[in-house]
Amino acid sequence: MSVPHALLALLSEGPKYGLQLREEFEERTGEVWPLNVGQVYTTLQRLERDGLVEANGAGEDSQQKVFRITGAGEAELANWLRTPPDLASPPRDELVIKVLVSLRVPGTDVTEVIQAHRRYLVELMQQWTRIKESGAPDDIGLALAVDAELFRLDSVIRWLDSAEARIRRHPVTQGKRGAPLPKLRRTTGARR
Amino acid sequence: MTALELRHVSKIFGDGAAEVHALRDVSLAVEPGALVAVMGPSGSGKSTMLTIAGSLEEATSGEVFVAGQSLSEMSRNERARLRRRSIGYVFQNFNLLAGLTAAENVALPLELDGVSVRVARTAAMQALDDLGMAGRAARFPDELSGGERQRVAIARAVVGDRRLLLADEPSGALDSVNAEAVMRLVRTACQGGVAGVVVTHDAQLASWADRVVFLRDGRVSDQTSPLAGPESLLAPGHRQ
Repeated sequence: MSVPHALLALLSEGPKYGLQLREEFEERTGEVWPLNVGQVYTTLQRLERDGLVEANGAGEDSQQKVFRITGAGEAELANWLRTPPDLASPPRDELVIKVLVSLRVPGTDVTEVIQAHRRYLVELMQQWTRIKESGAPDDIGLALAVDAELFRLDSVIRWLDSAEARIRRHPVTQGKRGAPLPKLRRTTGARR
Repeated sequence: MTALELRHVSKIFGDGAAEVHALRDVSLAVEPGALVAVMGPSGSGKSTMLTIAGSLEEATSGEVFVAGQSLSEMSRNERARLRRRSIGYVFQNFNLLAGLTAAENVALPLELDGVSVRVARTAAMQALDDLGMAGRAARFPDELSGGERQRVAIARAVVGDRRLLLADEPSGALDSVNAEAVMRLVRTACQGGVAGVVVTHDAQLASWADRVVFLRDGRVSDQTSPLAGPESLLAPGHRQ
């Protein structure tokens, strides 16, 4: 989550006080990403230093300052919105590693390992769904933020489902001494 | 009293070498007002479990109780009455009758149960109205969108005094926003006291349930723990 850009987005609507920025940030993201006051002010100071926002109002007290986005800030925001995050290099996924390793551990039921993770993920999804259900119908920010989590968790469950189906179709000789772990060499978007 | 209880239910299709054990010693209890999801891969027995729970099919062994009554102790007529009166079904492909309007489809189970046409139509209109479909009551299924057809199917499943709502992949081929709308309707029915069982392979649908039961090779292999409050997700320490 890029707090600086979220703050720039809020300031793109017009000048605002720091405290107001924090409240609006939490409102827009459905309070899914809590933010402390300190975080808001240190981020604003950095944005000011980089010339992306400017502060009006006298005194040292940043609570009294009104912040406004600069031309450079607007350009930075527009650029950030259109720049895809780095999804090319796969993250080192602990869950994938656990399932791969379980194939090698003698006496380990891989489907049971898979199910333990599946259950946990479904429980997490139940909690997110309850949050969405209890939100106001017009709270689009909350619904979008929760949906993002639900789709992410759902994709992991689908991977577990397909892993289980694959293992059933091609049972692995488990714990066979010397059976090599699959090589995961990145061929595209590699960045070692 | 539990709304639905399966006690040690097994189901075998075919015999001899062709024998298929669809369900093996499945037990499950659903309280009124609760929504339970049954998840499992294709061939895990989840649809069979639903048809047995809904008395559309008989168990090979074990007992099924609906509202405390044992299905095996009921006559064929009593079971038919139970299906018409107390159990609502929602299927993947909606199963609406093409020659009947939305309102007529919804009223049909009541009319089959001997309720007067006038009373049945009034109840049907109410059920459609509850689902925001009053304006579409006179339309035929082929004049409705997928989401609207599914709402009609849900209205038909909850009309009258239903105690049990059984749904097999109720979102069918709907997009995720319409699928969510379907699950919200199912939840609303459950909050009104109906016991719901939703069979699905889709974790997003299952996540609407109070409890998720996992079926594998015809057995209950696992289930979720009681729900933790949402605070556990929103606590600042949780964020990674």
